[in-house]
Amino acid sequence: MVKLAAIFFTMILVDNYVLAKFLGICPFLGVSKKLDSAVGMSLAVTFVMVMATAATWPIYKLVLCPDWAVGTDRDMSYLQTIVFILIIAILVQLLENFLKKFIPALYKALGVYLPLITTNCTILGVTILNLDNGYDFIESIVCAAGAGIGFLVAMVLFSGVRRRVEQAVTPKCFEGLPITLVAAAVTSLSFMGFGGIVDAIFKA
Amino acid sequence: MNPILMAIIVVTVIGLIGAVILVAASIFMYVPVDERVEQITAVLAGANCGACGCAGCADYAKSIVEDGNAVNKCTPGGAACAAKVAAIMGVEAGATVPMKAVVACSGTCDKTGKKYEFQGVQSCQAVKGLYGGDGLCKFGCLGYGDCTRACAFDAIHIVDGVAKVDRDKCTGCGACAAVCPNAVISIVPEHKRKPVVLCQNKDKGPDTRKACTAGCIGCMKCAKACPKEAITVENFLAKIDQDKCVGCQICVKECPVGVIHVPANE
Repeated sequence: MVKLAAIFFTMILVDNYVLAKFLGICPFLGVSKKLDSAVGMSLAVTFVMVMATAATWPIYKLVLCPDWAVGTDRDMSYLQTIVFILIIAILVQLLENFLKKFIPALYKALGVYLPLITTNCTILGVTILNLDNGYDFIESIVCAAGAGIGFLVAMVLFSGVRRRVEQAVTPKCFEGLPITLVAAAVTSLSFMGFGGIVDAIFKA
Repeated sequence: MNPILMAIIVVTVIGLIGAVILVAASIFMYVPVDERVEQITAVLAGANCGACGCAGCADYAKSIVEDGNAVNKCTPGGAACAAKVAAIMGVEAGATVPMKAVVACSGTCDKTGKKYEFQGVQSCQAVKGLYGGDGLCKFGCLGYGDCTRACAFDAIHIVDGVAKVDRDKCTGCGACAAVCPNAVISIVPEHKRKPVVLCQNKDKGPDTRKACTAGCIGCMKCAKACPKEAITVENFLAKIDQDKCVGCQICVKECPVGVIHVPANE
């Protein structure tokens, strides 16, 4: 249990996918303009991350690279990128159909963000890094949920930063994307301050 | 087994299974979509300007079909667009009122004067930052043409020290109103008879008089004369409620300083 909690909070604070691993920068910059759309996107990402992990982990362990196949000809772990993309695309499409039919309210809330997530590198990153870290199934799911919440935290924080930046008087040459990138860098730097904090709490 | 063959088989099988699942899902979870939404989206101007109050053209089309939104809100599309949308929806189009920019200042060079000689960057924004502008009246048109530069339709120019709108060219987009540092320009529904107070001065009567001979002094004559009680005087400045106004133009004749006019090309 302690290990799960450690994984969860590490993903949020220390190994934040956006601010520490620099995955998913595109939605981070593109959708963080308004708080409500930032929250919508993040929730959709969290949802898909967990679902994608739940789908890819068994496929990797059962089809691509079962434990007995490691080191033999049967080891197809090199296929994981292409297969995972395929699975995530199928999953998102399926999810969209499902939500449209059975949970229209959620479908409406997630709106355009759901299909956008198909090609989001954080999703692929989470599924692959879970396996690289050697997590078992439950740990992978917790890790994915933590990564999603971490994404949410980063998006919400940054939408606040961005509102302040937009109200401030910016030099002409920095207007628009440049000042946004500078603000993103400073936000990311501030997250570096969390380094080691989770280890210290859970292993003390 | 050949590892290459194995890899191809695995990926193909996963792809095929996925395809079967998706096809099955799209059949079992089919949700009928109203085709009118797509038709209306095609008819709308497609500028995604947000003038209708929705997040974009597709969103507006959806709100017309699903929430019964009015069909005549597409400003760039105008009346022709409203008519087409109305035809798709099978309702009356309703009148689209064209919007025009109105410069609420009558202080031409002979009516008001300068507080100081300004030789800085020739823009309203710059002069506004220096003691609130170089004019004796700090509410009126600054006359350095920020609006002219903002206008994409060449419809607003500085004439005799005050911005003047060419109402034939004006589309009511509001670009000039957005850049005016004194907020002198407002976007008003076009009407042949309803007048507008062409002054922004919120000073007391005597102070206004000193600054400009064509300034609203807050004498209340128009408010008292108006049969519909459409005029209110607040901060020594008359304001006409366009919804209550019936266009009788009594106030135009009553105004002692002559700042109430029906906006028109002269």
